[in-house]
Amino acid sequence: MSVDATTVRRIAHLSRIAVSDADVPHLEDELNSILAFVEQLGQIDVSGVEPLTSAMAMTMRLRADEVTDGGYAAKVVANAPVSEDNFFLVPKVVE
Amino acid sequence: MSDLTDLTLAEARDGLRAKQFSAVELTRAHVQAMEQARALNAYVLETPEKALAMAAASDARIAAGEAGPLEGLPVGVKDLFCTEGVRTTACSRILGEFIPGYESTVTAKLWADGAVMLGKLSNDEFAMGSSNETSCFGPVISPWRRDGSDAAIVPGGSSGGSSAAVAAKLCLAATATDTGGSIRQPAAYTGTVGIKPTYGRCSRWGIIAYASSLDQAGPIARTVQDAAIMLKSMTGLDLKDTTSFDAPVPDFEAAVKRGVKGLTIGIPKEYRAPGMSAEIDALWERGAQWLRDAGANVVEVSLPHTQYALAAYYIIAPAEASSNLARYDGVRYGVRVDGKDIASMYENTRAAGFGREVKRRIMTGTYVLSAGYYDAYYVRAQKVRALIKRDFDAAFANGVDAILTPTTPSAAFGLGEKIAADPVEMYLSDIFTVTVNLAGLPGISVPAGLDAQGLPLGLQLIGKPFDEETLFAAGEVIEQAAGRFAPAASWWR
Repeated sequence: MSVDATTVRRIAHLSRIAVSDADVPHLEDELNSILAFVEQLGQIDVSGVEPLTSAMAMTMRLRADEVTDGGYAAKVVANAPVSEDNFFLVPKVVE
Repeated sequence: MSDLTDLTLAEARDGLRAKQFSAVELTRAHVQAMEQARALNAYVLETPEKALAMAAASDARIAAGEAGPLEGLPVGVKDLFCTEGVRTTACSRILGEFIPGYESTVTAKLWADGAVMLGKLSNDEFAMGSSNETSCFGPVISPWRRDGSDAAIVPGGSSGGSSAAVAAKLCLAATATDTGGSIRQPAAYTGTVGIKPTYGRCSRWGIIAYASSLDQAGPIARTVQDAAIMLKSMTGLDLKDTTSFDAPVPDFEAAVKRGVKGLTIGIPKEYRAPGMSAEIDALWERGAQWLRDAGANVVEVSLPHTQYALAAYYIIAPAEASSNLARYDGVRYGVRVDGKDIASMYENTRAAGFGREVKRRIMTGTYVLSAGYYDAYYVRAQKVRALIKRDFDAAFANGVDAILTPTTPSAAFGLGEKIAADPVEMYLSDIFTVTVNLAGLPGISVPAGLDAQGLPLGLQLIGKPFDEETLFAAGEVIEQAAGRFAPAASWWR
């Protein structure tokens, strides 16, 4: 499988990364180089194999459903580029 | 007194305990070394005042008889670990001047044990790279040079600031992280010791995430013993990381002198890839012989799926990265670049904030997770990952205690030699290390010799889950046989 310029633009948009027209050709080449490299996985017989989703077999720990942390909104927003009254500010989303 | 930076971490610890020097003196020597080594660009943030204040507090605890296991020992911290009140960037422009309001579990444990922080060390942006050339602070230069040349050499990556600083004696040891080889490959490139413990040993809490099912923290140090001392303080159950494993933390240092008599060491025949240099092959054989001489039984093992590990890695790691890095959107931290609406604000912010390699991996990950490709790429890679793990399980079930391989296919390359080429070229330097991350196993790299041009080479030992002790024991045998390696001259001062 390989990607074309249209696919590169679509992936860039899905990735929320702006790309210029000048970026598209080299991104196309680089992604195709990576995809060509991973193509070899198609040679392996994986029938009946369960995908591995956890490096170490473990049971997820559960804890009581209670508040154990928090109460410092000012600290949470301290690094925000724009905030007001301990809220993150974003451009207007709803008209 | 000789230069305090020449001491190993263990020697410095013992010297402090014997009151031969103070923690402030030891720290001052390292601060000076750090300041004289700016040509290496290993530190992206120096924190000398904090270091000296921590050292003074250590001296007070030593005087009061309350010294911790790492009391007064100056270390460096990879800039992927969040440090409370101290700028943390993952060496990406997108985090800007991010100042964490919390401390990573691993670093908190180091400080609780008395260690002193000298500063933050460079890494490839978001730990994506094998040469430390993708850091937004510019490349780190290795203290090593080829014989008779002053061309700059890469320190490996992504923990290249850590490896360079430890090799150049700008700290006694450093924290690092390893997703596909980012502790072991830079250790091999700089003549230092690096261990990636079993997945789940170190808490990932407060470490900036790259690929969560593969990321593990570990130390880079100058000796096997020093790595063991560091790892003991870095590990342990943390309820803030759901993948942190509830296993007892052994006394790793005590395992160092255990020896390998009676152990079975496997040599995976598939690693003997066609095209492997005669030099690496000879190093590997020499390593096997050292272990035999120390009483180990060396046998051939088969890991048939190992050849597919790198391809599986370059699907799984970008997929996880594309998800983890979705959080950098110009809203909660870092830089923001405005746009005509919120979507273009995200797109402009991420276009300006991420470097080229990071964008490439996010886009690769987005593609392999996208509708229509998920099964063909991502699910297939996860199945191959299961087969890779199964290979190791079978080898260990057959009585193998640890597996010996080269750490890298060659010595360090020159600055700029691979970064401009096809991305896959760079990826190949991790070919012997990524399998270990996919299988969640512990792996250590120990310096084992020099190549024909005078650059260090490492051997890797891979262990059973939660059996780092055998790696320290076998690693010590290699260190004793091979000797230690240091750059010929302090040219950077």
